[in-house]
Amino acid sequence: MTQSLLHQILDYANRANPYPIYEQLRKTPVHHEDGGPYVISTYYEIRSLLHDPRISSDARNLGSTARDPLAEPAGEESALPPGFLRLDPPEHDRLRRMTNRPFGPPHSPHRVDGMRGELHDIVSGLIDGIGDPGRIDLVEQFSYPFPVTVICRLLGVPREDEARFHTWADTLAASLDPDPDADPTERGKGSHDARMQLGMYLAGLIEERRKNPGDDMLSQLATAKGEDGPMTTMELLSTAALLLIAGHETTVNLITNGMLTLLRHPDVLQRLREDSRLAVPLVEELLRFEPPVQLVPQRTTLADIELRGVTIPKGASLWLVLASGNRDPQRFEDPDRFDPDRRDIQHLGLGSGIHSCFGAPLARLETQFALSELARRLENPRLLEDPPPYRQNAVLRGPRHLHISCDGIRS
Amino acid sequence: MPWTYRPRRCPVLGDGSLERLKREGRIVVVGASLAGLRAAETLRAEGFAGSLTMIGDEPHEPYDRPPLSKQVLLGRAGADRTALPRLRSVDATWRLGVPATGLEMAARLVRLADGDEVPYDRLLIATGVRARPWPRAAEAELDGVLVLRGRDDGAALARRLAAGPKRVLVIGAGFTGSEIASACRERGLPVTVAERGAAPLVGALGGVVGAVAARMQREHGVDLRCGVMVTALEGDASGRVRAAHLSDGSTVETDVVIVSLGATRNTEWLAGSGLGAGPRGIACDAGCRAFDIRGIVTDDIYAAGDVARCPHPLFGYQFLSLEHWGNAVSQARIAAHNMISESTERIPHMEVPAFWSSQFGVNIKSVGVPSLGTEITISQGALDSHRFIGVYGYQGRVIGAVAFDHARWLPFYQELIETTAPFPPAFPTVDRRSDGQRPVDADFPDPSVPTHGPTVTVGGYAPADRRMTFTPAH
Ligand SMILES: Cc1cc2nc3c(=O)[nH]c(=O)nc-3n(C[C@H](O)[C@H](O)[C@H](O)COP(=O)(O)OP(=O)(O)OC[C@H]3O[C@@H](n4cnc5c(N)ncnc54)[C@H](O)[C@@H]3O)c2cc1C
Repeated sequence: MTQSLLHQILDYANRANPYPIYEQLRKTPVHHEDGGPYVISTYYEIRSLLHDPRISSDARNLGSTARDPLAEPAGEESALPPGFLRLDPPEHDRLRRMTNRPFGPPHSPHRVDGMRGELHDIVSGLIDGIGDPGRIDLVEQFSYPFPVTVICRLLGVPREDEARFHTWADTLAASLDPDPDADPTERGKGSHDARMQLGMYLAGLIEERRKNPGDDMLSQLATAKGEDGPMTTMELLSTAALLLIAGHETTVNLITNGMLTLLRHPDVLQRLREDSRLAVPLVEELLRFEPPVQLVPQRTTLADIELRGVTIPKGASLWLVLASGNRDPQRFEDPDRFDPDRRDIQHLGLGSGIHSCFGAPLARLETQFALSELARRLENPRLLEDPPPYRQNAVLRGPRHLHISCDGIRS
Repeated sequence: MPWTYRPRRCPVLGDGSLERLKREGRIVVVGASLAGLRAAETLRAEGFAGSLTMIGDEPHEPYDRPPLSKQVLLGRAGADRTALPRLRSVDATWRLGVPATGLEMAARLVRLADGDEVPYDRLLIATGVRARPWPRAAEAELDGVLVLRGRDDGAALARRLAAGPKRVLVIGAGFTGSEIASACRERGLPVTVAERGAAPLVGALGGVVGAVAARMQREHGVDLRCGVMVTALEGDASGRVRAAHLSDGSTVETDVVIVSLGATRNTEWLAGSGLGAGPRGIACDAGCRAFDIRGIVTDDIYAAGDVARCPHPLFGYQFLSLEHWGNAVSQARIAAHNMISESTERIPHMEVPAFWSSQFGVNIKSVGVPSLGTEITISQGALDSHRFIGVYGYQGRVIGAVAFDHARWLPFYQELIETTAPFPPAFPTVDRRSDGQRPVDADFPDPSVPTHGPTVTVGGYAPADRRMTFTPAH
């Protein structure tokens, strides 16, 4: 018997190349298997649902999720209230707005741009430290540490604490990507401990920043008192946790997918080496071609919604398969071609609507820096393994390791 | 025998004349601003290789107007730094600083103020609108009395604001007037706004939303006076404005007055040409082809942007004229495409109107035509938070929507308008609050008061000699 499409999406065997399944899926833009989630795979339908106020991100509105394999087990987040990613307006709007004040325009138009120098230094430092050019694991040695370090600097985690912070972040990240062979109780305990420790660490940091604010984001969030009132400590903690997880789980994959794609398209790699300005359109195309968030689960309908002749009932859970919408031939010409010169590129890689990626400007800049520096400095890089081993996660999809070698490292 | 091109002969479609037009025809664009430039770019992008002439009465290259009442007044951008980005090269003959003064439809030529005549095979009219001046000429001449439409106006006003006037008076609280008031407050300048209607923005958005706009202004320290008219401006001995007198008997001492009383369409130069053009704009079909005054569509004259007035299928084929940036761009592209296409390849202008404004720190955006609505319901957010979506209904369907700091939801409402969804929307949404449950009167000013005089009269007795005559309003 053939496996259901839903299971094929989740099946690890298809992780390295899920695109043929998405192609299958698009034949039924609103796909539904007995009692499971409604899976939306075509560009225009996904985009319209992302802007549809009858769609909720708040878990409290979900009906029965028994048959949604990506539903969060109850109580998973119980240690902290949900971050704004899992809230609807007006709570979502208030928290996102407050978080945005120290991060982006109009109040902080230069925050991200002001990090250019720092990003450059972190990237250079990591590449300098690579060691044996004959066997590099790009994930461990570069794509992972880079965004975590950036988040530390952004939040204002002191340098001397960065190492501890990295450890907790790694453990939490691993819990998002469970290894089916590992003992689930052990794993649960490990991530619970890490969450606790990280929470306590951040709470201490927040206290300290309330007394001695700096110009980092945590200080500004801890001392904010605009029209929206102050953030409570619990809100601050869940926001910080959200920034930490969302801010690096995605960038790791974007950078790794990026390098993998470049190594599979040596002509583009060569062009990037010669002209780093290519990084800007290249990262955009990458977000279309290999988006780090493949699908958005955990959305639900507040009313019966009719879409492409199907009535999605109230309380149903939805999966919006962004990566499939990005390769919808109804929307993009020759969608399976990686083409950094593509001009018409309104992709879904960063979502759309009110939950569209909060950290987008930073993620873009990080990836542009990372890829152009890797292209410039690695001499004659090549893949040692293609496809590389992937992580378990079907939602935040990316290689677990990317083993490459090169002839040397330019200075 | 070599073939010679004779432009005057009206070509029959399907005989290759279109190919000839594209290869060596002459296209003239009058109005070298947003719509004109985007049309020119589209013509070239779609393969027009003939001669292109851009006629504009302003001395400047095409520039963008929305920043003039925003960034420029805040001193964040110089008025001379608003040039429109060029999307491609247009390779045109630019006749800047010269107004077009006449059109001869039979001879297919445009007359210019400097006496030149420019012949065309296809003409695009994109002359836009201009600010309606203060009606009393002597008072309008006073130093310190300004309007805001062009780049020079923007530069002059920015200079005045930078000099720190003791008070600014804005007459009229439409979008432009409100944006000016907002910029003044952001610069810490005392500002009075005088509005004849019951609230700012009522004409465009109605009284329910207007009340929010009024509260925003007052919260930001604007001295807002509604339901009053300015009756006279008073100057000092040296001809500088010093005070304004209001219909309620009060006086406002001021040294800068900005007249924001809406716009007048730039169609006077077409008087007597036989084109269906008047104070309400140039009537054209959904493909942007202009009508002549007999209501017959021309095939060689097109109109786009603020000056055009097109029937819109979504709104009962009513002739809409919209002063919206996005409308100018999309009409320009459609007009340009249609000018050089076979009749079966032409496309209609069906875009749902959309408009944005930013004032007092709030991003306002609308889709559809709110002013056609009679009822409103607040489908998301709340009026008193200044963050909400108002949905406008007309005869049981959704006809428009406005978002205050909620723009990301608008594509959904646009779809409701496009699919003529029922009003009031019957479904629950995220962030639906109690004050949005029931539709209320949207509270637009009484539309029965005519705002434009008749423009065409009919004469003659026998059917064969009945004629229509253009009669400009006074
Ligand atoms: C201060 C300001 C702020 C605005 N803000 C917004 C906003 O926030 N959002 C929005 O959607 N829209 C906004 N608009 C409206 C928007 O700018 C217009 O919709 C747009 O400019 C229309 O473009 P157009 O090319 O049709 O007309 P115009 O830009 O008016 O261009 C017409 C051109 O034709 C010239 N002309 C006129 N008569 C002749 C003649 N006889 N011969 C030769 N040339 C002639 C004019 O001088 C002018 O240069 C704003 C407008 C202003 C003035």
